Amino acid sequence: MGPLIPSNILDPSWNNVIALIVGIAFGFILESSGFSSSRKLAGVFYGYDFVVLKVFFTAAITAAVGLYYFEYVGWINMSLVYINPTYVASTIVGGMIMGLGFIMGGYCPGTSYCAAAIGKIDAIVFSTAMLVGILIFSEFYPLLESFYNSGFLGNVTVYEVLGLPVGWFMIILIVVALGAFYVTSLIQDKIKEVDY
Amino acid sequence: MDKSKKYWNPYFGGVMLGLLLLATIYVTGRGLGASGAAKSTVVTVVDAVAPIHAENSAYYSKFLSDDKHPMNEWLVFEVIGILAGAFLSGALSGRLKFVVEHSPKITTKSRLIMAALGGLAFGLGSQFARGCTSGAALSGMATLSLAGFIAMMSIFGTAYAFAYLFRKFWI
Repeated sequence: MGPLIPSNILDPSWNNVIALIVGIAFGFILESSGFSSSRKLAGVFYGYDFVVLKVFFTAAITAAVGLYYFEYVGWINMSLVYINPTYVASTIVGGMIMGLGFIMGGYCPGTSYCAAAIGKIDAIVFSTAMLVGILIFSEFYPLLESFYNSGFLGNVTVYEVLGLPVGWFMIILIVVALGAFYVTSLIQDKIKEVDY
Repeated sequence: MDKSKKYWNPYFGGVMLGLLLLATIYVTGRGLGASGAAKSTVVTVVDAVAPIHAENSAYYSKFLSDDKHPMNEWLVFEVIGILAGAFLSGALSGRLKFVVEHSPKITTKSRLIMAALGGLAFGLGSQFARGCTSGAALSGMATLSLAGFIAMMSIFGTAYAFAYLFRKFWI
């Protein structure tokens, strides 16, 4: 029963090999979907190309439904799966700074690596500047530490917090996604095409 | 030339990415990531240039240990893979080219300045949020974590809120 490495079915020495293989697939999928173009990515914010929303939402739902199914049929022990911890304030502020970075830079870290790999110089600048941003945070950490650790709610899931059964939450998520796909297709038809 | 034909159908790409994420969690118990490798790079460089400073720092020291090099991290190997995979896809589709991609309405210099500011902000924000669009938002949403949904809404909500302000750089 999965997850294979945390369950000791697969030896942890495989970790880095798997990381490399997963990364190759990740980079290939992102680049093939058009995520190596900042102007294509930024389209989601101006209504001329919703590829980010479509790929992102489809991927999250595919994985979430798959995990739920794996757990249901007993293929995975979800208590061994990492649920990232929720620190409300720090995540909101971090997300806001990243959102600003997204609209200014046109990439996020993963997509900037993809774009840099095919020769986009703006992406090389973006990913190098990221290192400076991380350095600034690290150097000012003593001042930021208490904020960084504030509002800790634990490694919780959103359906637990909302008090909904996981299946119902999943259905709501799928309906929201389908609605978003439909509405954005209407918007895209109305927006002037941008050549890029 | 219709560029959209050269890329995958976005829903196909989304399903492929979702299956990859599912397989990754099934094998390793965790999702994908991106900014973590940049953090490992910063930790490694600071540790090499100023080892005493790094050891005394409450942040760098979290990621330093005596029995493991700071670059010996899952996400570092994963990002090496991302670079190779994206290069391969770009090569197969004839998209390998050194270029500064920008709107015809702005100069190359403006684009590079905005890319630098964007990267700086993303680096900073990803530390506050303990992950970026890949690690916090996408992988978090796959496991239905609250943090994943907060990160996703905060990133995209803010980008939409500021889109009007930065429109001349894109459209």
